[in-house]
Amino acid sequence: MNVKRKFKVLGTRPVRPDGVEKVTGKALFGADTYATGMLHARILRSPHAHARIVSIDTSAAEALAGVKAVITSADFGEVDSEMTRDTMHNCMANGVALYDGHAVAAVAAISKSVAAAALKLIKVEYETLPHVTDVDAAMQPDAPVLHANRQHRSVVAGTPGNVVYYCDFGHGDVDAGFAAADKVIERTFKTAATHQGYIEPHACLANVGSDGKADLWCSTQGHYNVRLICAEIMGMDESQLRVTASEIGGGFGGKTTVFIEPVALALSRKAGKPVKLVMSRDEVFRASGPTMSASMDIKIGMNADGKITAGHAKLRYQGGAFPYQMVMMGAMSAFATYDLEHVRAEGWDVMTNRPKMISYRAPGAPMAVYAVESVIGELAAEFDLDPIDVRILNASREGTKSSYGPTFKAIGLVESLEAAKAHPHYSAPLGANQGRGVSCGFWFNFGGQVSVSMAINADGTVNLIEGNPDIGGSRASISMMAAEELGIPYEKIKTIIGDTASVGFSDVTDGSRVTFAVGIATINAAKAAKAEMCKRAAKTWGIDVDAVEWIDGAVHPTGHNAGEFPPLSLAEIAANSGRTGGPIAGHHEGAPDKAGVSFGVHLVDTEVDPETGFTTVKRYTVFQDVGKAIHPSYVEGQMQGGAVQGIGWALNEEYIYGEDGRLQNAGFLDYRIPVASDLPMIDTVIIEVPNPGHPFGVRGCGETAIVPPLAAVGAAVCAAAGVRLFELPMSPPKIMAAIDAKK
Amino acid sequence: MSKIHVSTEINGDQVEFLCETDETLLDVLRDQLGLTGAKEGCGTGDCGACSVTVDGRLVCSCLVLGAEVEGSAVTTIEGMADGDALHPLQRHLLEGAALQCGICTPGVLVAAKALLDKNPDPSEEELRYWLAGNLCRCTGYDKIIRSVMTAAAEMRGEKS
Amino acid sequence: MRYVGVNSFADAVDLMGSEQGKCMILAGGTDVLVQLKLGLVEPDLLINIKAIPGVKEISVSSTEYRIGVAVSGAELGEDAGLKAEWPGIVEAMELIGSTQVQGRATLVGNLCNASPAADAVPALVSAAARVEILGPLGRRKINVKDVTIAPGKTSLAKDEIITAVCLPRQQKNSGDAYLRFIPRTEMDIAVASAAVNLILAQDGSVQSARVSLGAVAPTVLLVDDAAKALVGSKLDDAALEQLSMACSAACSPIDDRRGTIDFRTKTAGVLACRAAKIAFQRAGGSL
Repeated sequence: MNVKRKFKVLGTRPVRPDGVEKVTGKALFGADTYATGMLHARILRSPHAHARIVSIDTSAAEALAGVKAVITSADFGEVDSEMTRDTMHNCMANGVALYDGHAVAAVAAISKSVAAAALKLIKVEYETLPHVTDVDAAMQPDAPVLHANRQHRSVVAGTPGNVVYYCDFGHGDVDAGFAAADKVIERTFKTAATHQGYIEPHACLANVGSDGKADLWCSTQGHYNVRLICAEIMGMDESQLRVTASEIGGGFGGKTTVFIEPVALALSRKAGKPVKLVMSRDEVFRASGPTMSASMDIKIGMNADGKITAGHAKLRYQGGAFPYQMVMMGAMSAFATYDLEHVRAEGWDVMTNRPKMISYRAPGAPMAVYAVESVIGELAAEFDLDPIDVRILNASREGTKSSYGPTFKAIGLVESLEAAKAHPHYSAPLGANQGRGVSCGFWFNFGGQVSVSMAINADGTVNLIEGNPDIGGSRASISMMAAEELGIPYEKIKTIIGDTASVGFSDVTDGSRVTFAVGIATINAAKAAKAEMCKRAAKTWGIDVDAVEWIDGAVHPTGHNAGEFPPLSLAEIAANSGRTGGPIAGHHEGAPDKAGVSFGVHLVDTEVDPETGFTTVKRYTVFQDVGKAIHPSYVEGQMQGGAVQGIGWALNEEYIYGEDGRLQNAGFLDYRIPVASDLPMIDTVIIEVPNPGHPFGVRGCGETAIVPPLAAVGAAVCAAAGVRLFELPMSPPKIMAAIDAKK
Repeated sequence: MSKIHVSTEINGDQVEFLCETDETLLDVLRDQLGLTGAKEGCGTGDCGACSVTVDGRLVCSCLVLGAEVEGSAVTTIEGMADGDALHPLQRHLLEGAALQCGICTPGVLVAAKALLDKNPDPSEEELRYWLAGNLCRCTGYDKIIRSVMTAAAEMRGEKS
Repeated sequence: MRYVGVNSFADAVDLMGSEQGKCMILAGGTDVLVQLKLGLVEPDLLINIKAIPGVKEISVSSTEYRIGVAVSGAELGEDAGLKAEWPGIVEAMELIGSTQVQGRATLVGNLCNASPAADAVPALVSAAARVEILGPLGRRKINVKDVTIAPGKTSLAKDEIITAVCLPRQQKNSGDAYLRFIPRTEMDIAVASAAVNLILAQDGSVQSARVSLGAVAPTVLLVDDAAKALVGSKLDDAALEQLSMACSAACSPIDDRRGTIDFRTKTAGVLACRAAKIAFQRAGGSL
């Protein structure tokens, strides 16, 4: 790849194609559509953390005027795949309510108020069961087990039943490494479960016809995945279920599965009418999302010069009421930033009576990296070494055998660290009660399956259909790559997100994959269209197709024909397409797999009020290798948004459960995401070390930014308050308790 | 239960509607009047996505009953642009990439306009506190704050 | 739920008296609508009092301010005279919720919601504010301190309604202040709070003081020992230490999702000292 390539469109900052609709209130999100004769649905949820459902009497609700359908788990059939069955049983409890907020029944009625009244008429008899919500408690031999016999074969025999998955990554001999260290520090950390916190609650509109065909409109990160799951649950052919992705009001991983869509479809089928189902915010917190909470032991050895001799992480993740495998992402990420001779990361996935976890931006990585980076910071301080120097000394580079196996290709961690060290922020003076923190972070990024279809219109414009919901400006970056490849202005491209019936399968918008994977498919679709246009030009000129070449948006004759004909532009070829063989299009279906890992470094200054423990974030700078920033503004936006979600995780966000196993803060009032007045500007420094696996050098950039803030803020708070904390969030009562304990 | 008849003005137009007693202004705007620009992010006044003004005062429309706006003047995001011409705030949020998913954007715009109507030259801190009730989970607020400040400067006639 | 708009307090009292079911009053609505949405309350009758003449007005006489029950936080903050005279009360009210909530929320609503963490209440208690109440037997006035008797419960009878908040004119050489602790900068409920209102003597020392605390007991506390700690002092370290200890000693908070007993107890003392300093300076004292 020519890294010096000069781009015309990439790296500029055009207005996004869907922008005007979004600033005028016209864009249609999940809850913004209405159908003729539509019913409103509501879901009845368990008030218990763990309870056997002895009986459900829906007769009074069914008898209420205006109620058109009431469903329970009895209205769902059997499904073959274990994964889909779990998803179905998460959408509607099957005999046992597994967490506070677990759905037990649903109604569809002619109005919201009738639906609400009907819910109150459903009589559920529960027999409460012992519950467990804490990961360490859930791993005890006497803990109530959520599902018997669901342990993965990786789990060592005799391990308590809630442990459903075990993994072990690394290389070398960690004991030998610790023996060789000048200093070994071993710490235990805890991090709370956090919610993705998208502002748009889950919402859908389902319409099942009497002929078995169905339409589903929903807010999702992946409508093909919704189709896959819902078709299986509903016993339908995928071709018969058309899913349209609405504009999506945030997801961050939390909209990569279904929570309400099968319920709306089942209600619609039973009622014979369109059914709209929208979660309340309280339901969003109680029954969708969150990420895992964690309990972690980290042991790291270091020499006095800062060289890490060995690292060992033991990660215990709590992921809610169903089996899952996500701790592996944490175990693989924990030490990925470092080039280590001796390294080991073990992980245990554990079930508890909490909502089923789902991905949250770099799922599994932030907490593991928080714990590891905190110990590395402590060791650096122990030897009075500069924390960035220590990280540069040990940093992963091109050729490093990663802690999880593969050898890294070109990566930009050292460049990011050096940029941080050279930045004015790093040497700016600190005031009283202020402290500075630094942390690295890592994320794998993903390629996955993708389909793109592109039509060259007769007027020289281009329609592009892709299958990945635009969650943060990807229509712009995709249009820009198409414009770059075709050599035409950005404004000539119109990119839309097709429904499941109008373009081929595309994996979910996750893994920071869209600009990478859809980008590659777009480039390849454009190449196909260009090849066709070369044929048309050759035909027009009556020369061989090998004797033409595409240069800068036009076909030129080459070789001995060079200069013989004036070049034909895309617009000219398109205008003539009806006479040269018909419409011109390009498409690409594939599964690009060279996504290119991404590293970031965050610098933060905080001030802690020594009398109240209140933390103010004073200054924040993000450095991240993004390969190539297609639309720098949206790349910066990802870096800023990820940083602020991480700040929230570090300082105030947490799922709080009572002794009764019920969630105590199911709302934005007490689930405290950062507000505008909590924050300074979030400065960004884009580092571009091109990904050799993408024609333009793109790496995913969306997720890495949430990984470093936890440890960076942690280190800054500890420095400002003069204490060490090992638990997130670092809420004021915890900071004050640490300050008081020190006195 | 009989519904309540309400006459009001919305974005300069005289409007009449019937609502249930417990129906919020937000529900009326969205479900009856086709004005879905105001969003329900929480329904409890904690997110600001449903921001509108009633008689010039910025409110969460989820905390106002439909029945309460009898005789009032309501403005929503749908009334902000002048035909095809975007309001400077809309244009600057768009040009400044101040929206990622866009769900909070209508509320942010309505709230920011209410501030600039009252104080054309807010400090960054004033703006941040004014918008504290408009949650955004995507942007970290940086580009929102910058874009509103740029729009305010333009509206004051300062060169950018 | 039935909804009725009334044009007089007398009509409201009649309606409340004759209502067989549960009755609620809609002033700002920022608590009532949330409770309706979350299903925490199911009133049979909701009475909108915003159209009653005078409820949106703030009037002032030589002896008192009279604040209408539907005056919003935003409107309170726009009254320059009141803000200059009782900055602590105005700031306390303005701390409630977002800008949007400020467009609706009222002092009396904050009081009648009867939360121990209500921001406006400690400031009103420190100011010795009173409320005017209308019932079937006529009008009466009681101290704000005596309105809330338990979390979520007021001393008002079923058919009584508050018709105005009466705030004495602030004396010369006096000042008030209110501070609360929340984990963020905005959009939270007080974890602990303190209001101080004090009057200075000719020599610049504290002549009299009223110190009240929020979110550290079932109802807002008026802490006499805390006031005594300040009287006679110029807020020297010893007096502030005394103030802090008196405040912490008065606390009997709970552990919950917003804070711990220990944290609330200590923070109440810290806030009282900080509020005292602000009030002292507003009264013309120099630290």
